[in-house]
Amino acid sequence: MSKSNLLSKRTKQLLSDPLDDNNPITVQVLGICSALAITVQLKPAIVMALSVLVVLSVANVIISLMRKIIPSRIRIIVQLVVVATLVILVDQVLRAFVYDVSKELSVFVGLIITNCIIMGRLEAFGMANGPWDSFMDGLGNSFGYAWILIAVAFFRELLGSGTLFGYPVLESLGIYELGYENNGMMILPPMALITVGVIIWIQRVKNIKLVESK
Amino acid sequence: MKLVKNILESVKPLFVEGGKLEKMYPAYDAFETFLFVPDHTTKSGSHIRDAVDLKRTMAFVVLSLIPCIIFGIWNIGDQYYSAISAESNFLNSLIFGFWKFLPLLAVSYAVGLSVEFAFAISRGHSVNEGYLVTGMLIPLIMPVDVPLWMLAVSVIFAVVIGKEVFGGTGMNILNPALTARAFLFFAYPSYMSGDKVWVHGAGADGYSGETILGALASNTASWDNLKWNFNDALIGYIPGSVGETSFIAIIIGALILIFSGVGSWRIILSTFLGGYLTALLFNLWGVNFLMSTPAHIHLLIGGFAFGAVFMSTDPVSGSQTNKGKIIYGLLIGFFAIVIRVFNPAYPEGMMLAILLMNVFAPLIDHYIVDASIKKRLKRVN
Repeated sequence: MSKSNLLSKRTKQLLSDPLDDNNPITVQVLGICSALAITVQLKPAIVMALSVLVVLSVANVIISLMRKIIPSRIRIIVQLVVVATLVILVDQVLRAFVYDVSKELSVFVGLIITNCIIMGRLEAFGMANGPWDSFMDGLGNSFGYAWILIAVAFFRELLGSGTLFGYPVLESLGIYELGYENNGMMILPPMALITVGVIIWIQRVKNIKLVESK
Repeated sequence: MKLVKNILESVKPLFVEGGKLEKMYPAYDAFETFLFVPDHTTKSGSHIRDAVDLKRTMAFVVLSLIPCIIFGIWNIGDQYYSAISAESNFLNSLIFGFWKFLPLLAVSYAVGLSVEFAFAISRGHSVNEGYLVTGMLIPLIMPVDVPLWMLAVSVIFAVVIGKEVFGGTGMNILNPALTARAFLFFAYPSYMSGDKVWVHGAGADGYSGETILGALASNTASWDNLKWNFNDALIGYIPGSVGETSFIAIIIGALILIFSGVGSWRIILSTFLGGYLTALLFNLWGVNFLMSTPAHIHLLIGGFAFGAVFMSTDPVSGSQTNKGKIIYGLLIGFFAIVIRVFNPAYPEGMMLAILLMNVFAPLIDHYIVDASIKKRLKRVN
């Protein structure tokens, strides 16, 4: 592969499409569980997004490299083994370096294996494309997943706990003295669903082509 | 009246197509049809327009709420004066309550209608009348001391997420007024439960302003040992949300609704019946004081009666078929009592029961219609 087409129009599209037009959460509605479960605060949300980024982009490359030798009958099992190995590695790294976040994420790191976005990309893209494109596709989808997670976590932590990354933003602005109270509902999972819903709503207002014809 | 009509006619060219304020037509239309019977005629076919349109129906609901409003206003004052142990007469209580109730009502209407107008103008359809009732119901199901900004936030949430997201009046899954209350209940629980919020001035002089349900849920005294008796609960001399305390006022409202044909007697009756039977059942069990409370008392206290009459009968979010209405009502009564007695954290089970059954109402209707089609098909073959 020559250097000139490393960032060709196609690869750029692989990166940019999942951010908006083909976002894994807001358009394909995949990976909702984790988007609801770990977006109470920003820090775990970002760690989760990074973990998915590592697992998805590396798994996509590995599957892409092996795609010609994987017998199609057992391809799901092969994909699972690759993903599971990577998830265990990520889990161990998290435990070693950010133990508190790892405890907070608890089972959800392990559950990356079942994240539909990962299996979906391996099946739909890694199995049919070269390693460089697969890597770009993995990055693009992870970014698409990440920005939704971070946006949801930003609003939930700010409105629910009045903090950002644990720093008491609202308190330092002196808003509580005006009679403001934290919104307890933002901490509950239903508000994550509603926040994601509002993001989808705004996205469709801005991006008309996502709206289904009647 | 003629003067008003003339003014409306003279500004009309500004708002119709091609006029300067064309985009504001929904706002103009809302005011015009609010003041005068609309002169709209059918444009195709031979459909007849009934003079009793949505606006007139909503007016009947507001009319039926008047006994609750007046009693609620008086009760705010009465509860306040007994909390500070001061003598008071009827007029004093009424005036005090009025000045407490007015801000709630004003905020509810101002915020809710602003959101409705904004959506109507941006979508280019006429402003829907639904909020006239919702805006009246919301202050009636709030504690008197709820901060006004919280009320405003919950109204915005209810109108935007509870209604406009689904397409506006007539399309909503959940009852908007209860959505507002549920939002406040989960977002700011300390302002929606406990013994300080129901009576203005509670907490001073060690006066406890807890509701009957709150007292029973704390499991320290049985119904017989409470300071309230059957008559208090029936007439409504008890702490609680503004409009929910008086059973008699609610029943007057229910009669207006039933005789005007606006509210469904099937839903109202079956809700009471479902609640009564469930409470009887728990009387047999009776391991906590809420369970052993007499079944008829359960119907008088808390928001049960208000919910049964004004919330579950919402024609949009309730069941549509006649059989469905009965099932829907029975289940609301059942769940309200079940949530009450099993979860002391949510003694007000009525709100959650109605919201739950709002979600199931289309499913109930689906099976009723399906069964009816199958029965008729059998007759054909």
